[in-house]
Amino acid sequence: MALPAYATPIERAWYVAFRVICVVVFVFLVVPVLIVIPLSFNSEAFFTFPMPGLSLRWYEDFFGSERWLTAIKNSAIIASSTTVFATTLGTLAALGLSRAGFPGRALVMSLLISPIIVPVVISALGMYFFYNTLGLISTIPGIILAHTALATPFVVITVTATLMGFDHTLTRAAAGLGGRPHTVFFRVILPLILPGVISGALFAFITSWDELIVVLFIASPETRTLPRQMFSGIRDQISPTITAAATILICLSVVLLTTVELLRRRSEKLRGVRP
Amino acid sequence: MVSTTAPTVGLIAGGASLKAQLRRAERARKLKAIGLVVPLFAFILVSFVIPIGVMLFQSIYDPDIKRLMPGTAEALARWDGQGIPDEATFAALVTDLAAAQKVKKAALIGRRLNYELSGMRSDIVKSAKIASKMEMGPYKEALIEQATLWGERDVWAVVKRAAQPYTPYFFVTSMDLKYDSDDNVVPVPENEAVYKDVFLRTLHISLLVTFLTLVLGYPIAYMMATQPPRVANLLLILVLLPFWTSLLVRTTAWVVLLQTQGPINDLLMASGLVNERVQLIFTRFGTIAAMTHIQLPFTVLPIYSVMKTISPSHMRAARSLGANSFYAFVRVYFPQTLPGVAAGCLLTFILCLGYYITPALVGGPTDQLISTYIALFTNSTVNWGMGSALGTILLVATLVLYFVYNRLVGIDRMRLT
Amino acid sequence: MTRVKQRSTVLGALAVAGVLAATGVKAEDTLTVVSWGGAYSESQRKAYYEPFMAETGIKIIEAEWNGDVAQVRAMSESGNVTWDVIDTGSAEGIAGCDQGWLEEIDYAMLAQPREKFVVGGALDCAVATIVYSTVYGYDAGNLPAAWNGQVPTTIADFFDLEKFPGKRGLYKRPFVSLEWALVADGVAQADVYDVLRTPEGVDRAFAKLDTIKDQVVWWEAGAQAPEILANGEVVMTSAWNGRLYNAVKNEGRKFVLVWDHQALDFDYWTVVKGTPKLDLAYKFLAYASDPVNMARQSQFIAYGPSHADAIPHIPQDVLKDLPTAPENMATAFTQDAQFWADNGEALTERMNAWLAQ
Repeated sequence: MALPAYATPIERAWYVAFRVICVVVFVFLVVPVLIVIPLSFNSEAFFTFPMPGLSLRWYEDFFGSERWLTAIKNSAIIASSTTVFATTLGTLAALGLSRAGFPGRALVMSLLISPIIVPVVISALGMYFFYNTLGLISTIPGIILAHTALATPFVVITVTATLMGFDHTLTRAAAGLGGRPHTVFFRVILPLILPGVISGALFAFITSWDELIVVLFIASPETRTLPRQMFSGIRDQISPTITAAATILICLSVVLLTTVELLRRRSEKLRGVRP
Repeated sequence: MVSTTAPTVGLIAGGASLKAQLRRAERARKLKAIGLVVPLFAFILVSFVIPIGVMLFQSIYDPDIKRLMPGTAEALARWDGQGIPDEATFAALVTDLAAAQKVKKAALIGRRLNYELSGMRSDIVKSAKIASKMEMGPYKEALIEQATLWGERDVWAVVKRAAQPYTPYFFVTSMDLKYDSDDNVVPVPENEAVYKDVFLRTLHISLLVTFLTLVLGYPIAYMMATQPPRVANLLLILVLLPFWTSLLVRTTAWVVLLQTQGPINDLLMASGLVNERVQLIFTRFGTIAAMTHIQLPFTVLPIYSVMKTISPSHMRAARSLGANSFYAFVRVYFPQTLPGVAAGCLLTFILCLGYYITPALVGGPTDQLISTYIALFTNSTVNWGMGSALGTILLVATLVLYFVYNRLVGIDRMRLT
Repeated sequence: MTRVKQRSTVLGALAVAGVLAATGVKAEDTLTVVSWGGAYSESQRKAYYEPFMAETGIKIIEAEWNGDVAQVRAMSESGNVTWDVIDTGSAEGIAGCDQGWLEEIDYAMLAQPREKFVVGGALDCAVATIVYSTVYGYDAGNLPAAWNGQVPTTIADFFDLEKFPGKRGLYKRPFVSLEWALVADGVAQADVYDVLRTPEGVDRAFAKLDTIKDQVVWWEAGAQAPEILANGEVVMTSAWNGRLYNAVKNEGRKFVLVWDHQALDFDYWTVVKGTPKLDLAYKFLAYASDPVNMARQSQFIAYGPSHADAIPHIPQDVLKDLPTAPENMATAFTQDAQFWADNGEALTERMNAWLAQ
């Protein structure tokens, strides 16, 4: 936000204050995330500053431990399956809902996004009782099912939002020109709503990847996920290995986010958009 | 759609059949739309709505006593609540207890009755052992002699009440109420009342955190929305980084930060603001700081996504029409951001209502929210009725809130990115 | 409705098939053993799991719990048992037997006579593995100045905020805290459980806890106790003796253990009712109950063996740090397992209500 030339002195003061506030808030946002990084090199088994010495023992522990590796594997399977199911189901539903005159739209929409409206602990409780009777408790399919339920609302919301600006005559035009339904979908609709679908998929992935409460209720040792293992790391067997895991995850996030940003810039450049 | 096309069609000769055809096409389209929604609808129904229904059911359905003491339950249905029940009831009791003892379920009966009358558990286990040794009647005197509790009317009143498979008992307890011996609902003693406080506390902390995230989040959303894209995207990464970092990692970070020997205290000491270290962890302050940090991106992102769509020309127009920048902001800009503000705040508020891990790790015992108690009843004391009843109350509160939001803003307008 | 069900079954089946194909899960020859985490699990890993796996080829999958029995009960009732062997405390061991979610132990299968185990350690559904105790400790490397060079030596000192100001750590469950409160309030140790059986006695214990309530930090998992003592959050804390001892031995902390009125208790191996791996579970229990194997564990954590024949296999310098060493036993008492099996749940709920106020 650039300050216009006609700004008064009070406005200038406001502007400076505003910038200072923003910097403080950004510091508040980021510093607590970064604080765990140095701790992962602590030579001692407690979360304390100052650190008596540096070591890589928690990284060795992380990569040498079968439980952490199993947890990562489980989380990867669960989160990617959840993303696929949630994105497919959510995108289809959003397409249906966006058709004009959908009967009982508000009600259906409310029901479909109810998993993010209901506090997770309640969902976890219900799933615990119900999945128990189905024998789905402590199984990976059970967790995928639960996570898909929690994740689809994000896909529905993001795709619906994209479709709000979507011109439905395009579909008709494509169909009118002889396009078969799936051709119309893959060649016309999907490219247009892709940003919404991708961001929905990202939300779905992160929902599952970071979900702890349902997992606390329904997972077992074999099906423990990364957050569940981390929870053990701060509760049951307080071990700074969790800080090593956290550091690796933070680095991954940074790499991912930067890649997305670079890709976006590249595509902008290719399309000749000027910032 | 139908209404706009119909009149035109009507003018064409032979319109009736064309009209019908169109209507058919319209219906086919509608069916297709429904067909697209059905898979998710069915999926949510099975994987989510039914489980919640099971939970709701569990909060009023408590069949253990009826199942384990069928004869006694039947006999007590005829008891008028005056005096001690008759010999037939005692005979049924002895039969039921002996049967329960045989399948090792006597402790379960004791457990359930113990909710209402402390100390019943061991009495029932003892009675079951006695009952399994009794071979013939009359039972009434003999049982009372060996286990005096059965000579008390109040004990029978509890058994009769507990033998009802459908019971409001858990809701009564969730509201800091209880039954007295005459089945009247009365408040529990002051020092046993918990849940009302916990619900109010949950509401209070959630509101406060929502407010704080809005106050902190609005300026940075505004800044991101008004910077050139290159800078805005860098700033967006700063918001997304904590968002993408596991909740547990962030909670751990706060545990480290807030420690008495931790960096915040170090800073405070070094700056000379305080003379001795301050208790930050295991306090309300710590809980709120950590929750605000964790929720901030959830509030910022929807606000930012709305702000992005607001054209700067609106503000310029207001300025050029003579409004000062403050007035222009309040009257022109701010109202346009309200849908984002509402979406962000709703999301944060609802997520706060369900908080459980963070308060457990950085809060003290009086900073625990209702979810803690739901989890506690479910996982450690195995009182599923209580867990479900508390859960149901929380669910209803959330749904009311959601309904209000939907009325005011409309769920269609919720955006995340 | 039926269509909905059908569809979901198909989806479910697809999901199951997909995941099975992806992971290639094979269920046989693994045994899930659940214990309390931290230094304790580590000692079990070194003393039992690793040698057992090497010897038998049976793979042990480890997990932690913190005494929450709901999951075990639900598992056993639904017949979908995924935990096989659990290390429990006394209250869970007895309650699990009463409520029918633990297998009865066939001592013949352990190849150890029942009377060789410590008194009260050979239950119907649970066989004792260690003798541990709840003590309290302070950090001699970081004594508060306000203590004027004195150090606490009795349970009464733990409750004495004037002489020893500072935060205390206590277990967020009623076990031991209530007993200590009564002892500090002047109840003779022999009468503690009789007093606690009366409602007035419970009120009295909570009233005593009230006097230090605003100075208490509550820990929930065993590993938290040494953590809050190490980072200076508390000046003294109750803890399981082995956890403090390990911080001294392995992390070089200067924690001092106060043995006054130490509360002895046992940990048990139990088998979840309905486990499909009953014979593997027995194989493990027999291995872990063997006195020679059992003697190994004391070298990794300061807990005593439950089997009389194991003691001769333990080196003298290890024995002196165990709760059962004569010099630590002067005022020791054993937790009343039956009392806690009867009243544990009710008192836990009472305590949580008390904490919330």
